[in-house]
Amino acid sequence: MYPENLFYTKDHEWIKVEGEEAVIGITDFAQKQLGDIIYVDLPAVGKSLEAHQAVSSVESVKSVSDVYCPVSGEVTAVNSELAQNPDLLNKDPYGQGWIVRIKIKDKSELNKLMKASDYEKYVEGLEH
Amino acid sequence: MNYISISDKDKKEMLSRIGLNSLEELFTTIPESVRLKRDLNLPGPLAEAELLEYFEARAQENTYDQYLSFLGGGAYDHFIPAVVDYLSSRGEFLSPYTPYQPEVSQGTLQAIFEFQTLICQLTGLDIANASLYDGATGAAEAVLMAYRVKGKRRLLIPSNLNPQYKRVILTYTKNLDLEVMEIPYDQAGQMDKSSLEEALKVEASVVLIQSPNYFGVIEDLKTLSEVTHRAGALLAVVISEPLALGLLEAPGKLGADIVTGEGQSFGLPLSYGGPYLGFMACKKDFVRQLPGRIVGQTVDVEGRRGFVLTLSTREQHIRREKATSNICTNEGHCALRATIYLETLGRQGLKELAWINLQKAAYALKQLTSIPGVSRKFSGPTFNEFVLEFPENWEKISAALKEKRILGGLSLGQRYPELKDCALVTITEKHSRDKIDRYVDALKEVLR
Amino acid sequence: MINLVREPLIFEISSPGKRAINWPELDVPETKGLLSEVPIREDLEDFPEVSETEITRHFTRLSQMNYCVDFGFYPLGSCTMKYNPKINEKVAAMPGFTLVHPLAPESLVQGNLRIMKTLEKLLAEITGMDAVTLQPAAGAHGELTGMMLIRAHHVAQGHPRKYVLVPDSAHGTNPSSAHICGYTVKEIKSNEKGTVSVEELVKVMDEEVAALMLTNPNTLGIFESDICQIADIVHAKGGFLYMDGANLNALAGIARPGEMKVDVLHLNLHKTFSTPHGGGGPGSGPVAVKKILSPYLPVPVIEEKEGYYYLDYQRPQSIGQVRSFYGQFLVIIKALSYILSLGPKGIREMAEIAVLNSNYLRKSLEGIYHLKYDTPTLHECVFSDKFQKEYGVSNLDISKRLLDYGLHPPTMSFPLVVHGALMIEPTETESRRDLDMFIEAMKAIDREAKENPELLTSAPHVTYVRRLDEVQAARNPVLRWEQKK
Repeated sequence: MYPENLFYTKDHEWIKVEGEEAVIGITDFAQKQLGDIIYVDLPAVGKSLEAHQAVSSVESVKSVSDVYCPVSGEVTAVNSELAQNPDLLNKDPYGQGWIVRIKIKDKSELNKLMKASDYEKYVEGLEH
Repeated sequence: MNYISISDKDKKEMLSRIGLNSLEELFTTIPESVRLKRDLNLPGPLAEAELLEYFEARAQENTYDQYLSFLGGGAYDHFIPAVVDYLSSRGEFLSPYTPYQPEVSQGTLQAIFEFQTLICQLTGLDIANASLYDGATGAAEAVLMAYRVKGKRRLLIPSNLNPQYKRVILTYTKNLDLEVMEIPYDQAGQMDKSSLEEALKVEASVVLIQSPNYFGVIEDLKTLSEVTHRAGALLAVVISEPLALGLLEAPGKLGADIVTGEGQSFGLPLSYGGPYLGFMACKKDFVRQLPGRIVGQTVDVEGRRGFVLTLSTREQHIRREKATSNICTNEGHCALRATIYLETLGRQGLKELAWINLQKAAYALKQLTSIPGVSRKFSGPTFNEFVLEFPENWEKISAALKEKRILGGLSLGQRYPELKDCALVTITEKHSRDKIDRYVDALKEVLR
Repeated sequence: MINLVREPLIFEISSPGKRAINWPELDVPETKGLLSEVPIREDLEDFPEVSETEITRHFTRLSQMNYCVDFGFYPLGSCTMKYNPKINEKVAAMPGFTLVHPLAPESLVQGNLRIMKTLEKLLAEITGMDAVTLQPAAGAHGELTGMMLIRAHHVAQGHPRKYVLVPDSAHGTNPSSAHICGYTVKEIKSNEKGTVSVEELVKVMDEEVAALMLTNPNTLGIFESDICQIADIVHAKGGFLYMDGANLNALAGIARPGEMKVDVLHLNLHKTFSTPHGGGGPGSGPVAVKKILSPYLPVPVIEEKEGYYYLDYQRPQSIGQVRSFYGQFLVIIKALSYILSLGPKGIREMAEIAVLNSNYLRKSLEGIYHLKYDTPTLHECVFSDKFQKEYGVSNLDISKRLLDYGLHPPTMSFPLVVHGALMIEPTETESRRDLDMFIEAMKAIDREAKENPELLTSAPHVTYVRRLDEVQAARNPVLRWEQKK
């Protein structure tokens, strides 16, 4: 149900490692919880972030949720498409709905994250 | 009590359904130690007829109406068409809450949408909110908003800013590690451009300009906007007499990024200072930093147009401590009055009224300054207020005029010691030629 | 309500040359060349042009699309939507009040100053506090003012402190007001009774905490019975107890915040003291304080000496001014009129019946709607949609269906501690007949949830507009009318 090639956090972010860089977004579970997304606040390229620091915030009509950076790094690109089409987060959370790309500072931090099967169990736990 | 609709029989039956014997038992969660063991020490109850008498007596203790007044400086005595009072006093407008249920609040919501449109048209900006408390808190919200956009600690405000607005800005910014710096005025009564350029050598978030300013002088917004934007700051314009916008070019067209102000002139009586109406408009890029409620247009499930409160994620009930402002209840009914007022005046009427104010003030200025010793203090262009300089301390002249039942203007000496011989005089359409001439004659006698 | 006529925007009714006002001929000689050096607006392009008839029809039709207290039951929790007495409107509209300029000399406005000073004194008596300012324009503005007073005191002691504690059940304005005052907010969790946990408070209360902001009774309608102990804990570390007085309707004449060791609180004249809410203001949020905070009250302070009233600006420790002039004067008149019309017994009766009505509703709906906390409540109670959720019906659907019954729904989705909340505050002015109508409607809706949930999820059906697309409104904001080019 959740893509195998990604790592996951308890706050429902996913991270996909591509060499020294990584792409970050929110999970399908998260977008369903939020409902229709109306706005995504994007950081400036070049911004340095610690793990668990807010990198973006995602808004639905009546809620705001911070998106936390799963690992430390520096923002190298943002998905500017989201400014016009925030609903990409709803339609394609693992693809066109990506939020930021970062240069990873310390790959060992990835070890603390969940794999797809663990995340799936985690979400099941929340649903009961 | 007249407003209670529960009979003694109801009370008994309701208590019995709840399973209690007395009203006392409803309050058992309140510890004995804090229960009030006596009646409150309050007057009353007064019957309706007695209430009327009580307030008539208080109104009669006010003797202001026996005076011919030329006071302005942030509160203006304008004529209010009968439809404004008549329509706004309908219970359907007075007695609902903030429109949280849009399906049964379309009246309020559509009126606010029209208000937002009118404010955009007057200010020349893209978007406006549903109202703020008043002009002073609007000015404070405007500089805080600019700080959220720009993030520079320095905020520049004019020394010719309405003193109340200045005090409120200082109160609001005091606890936030910001530097509020005042830019002096020049001979024309306008913001001194070279001082502004100097102050902008350190990066600032905003330059706030009042136009017409506290001296009634219209600022050169175009030039000030160029100076401000060259230095990378935002230009916020605050207006205490928005009637001027019936004639003056919209500040948004001259470079303002944010325009805020006091809407009292638009159909709200003077009312000893409240309730009044703050308004705020800005460029659409800053919409997510705009404080206060905003109404937007949408459609219902059948595709019909409707209006809702929107972009609520900026606000305190969702974003809590990270909200753009803590404002919740604003001045909805005052905004409704302003909407009815502006739509009644309309395209021609507002322009004409602004022109009448301009002409009457020009006449008064000419007549008053024809009195030996009385001169115009500042050379800059004015709308319906101006500063006069007298041969001696204004307080003395003011007291002598008061003896003649005339309130000749506002003292400036306390806020501006250099202007102790000056007064701010305000003229509106309610000043007939006869009233202006009475002032001129009285002043002649006083100065003789 | 008229559902047949679709009322256009005024701009769509407008056509060139029409007007709704004439001005007298200019009675002074015209001066040529004024404003010749100033950029002038050629035209108020797209400003409306309509007749007075059209204005009147337009706003009369708009008014008929509004639900209001004059029409019916309006049980918005925490909003205290009681009846607005008409005499209050009449006295506030007297020309002797409305025509007075706020900068008029004090000697000419003794009646106004006396009204304000009188209301200050009466509010001090009702709250058991020492001093009152009437300046704040609304409840949230009162919160901000109150927190500024607290900060001013801490600053005077040499250290402003860093944190303000706010329970998770609080209004959003509380953390927001504390933040604007320069504080970082720490949330404290409610306990299983729905009140502040004393153990939790002891853990977080230290000398960096400036204040605890407590709503009492809280947003669940529950009285914080440990309030004196809570106050002691906060005071022991040099902090202040701020009370959000939004729910004073439950307490007036019964118990006073002053005796509960509260240091500062705000009131809402547009809730407890019956002034109309106007579809979103004007409100009025007076702040009452104990002596220790009175030196910091905003200027000007109204003083009286031998029957003469004056405005005192010479208050060196004051936080300054929080708004233009002195307060929402016309709202102040209405609130004073209300208190005088009730008198001491009437004020107490107001609280008693408000609590009776609320408990009657609670008892009548218990078991049909889920109640998360079984602690006794005062003026309001918070149900949830937990039972109806089983049929796929949410608190939103229940609320929208109430509209079809001609009733205003309760406050939805607040407080945040109750998922799917329906927060009901009937107030004292409602008749048993109105309460019963609401109860019957709520029961009928519960049955509908089981039998025909689609009726609820597609509600409302009979309103001027049906469910509105809030996603579209926020994604593609249209915030003003514009001429189609």
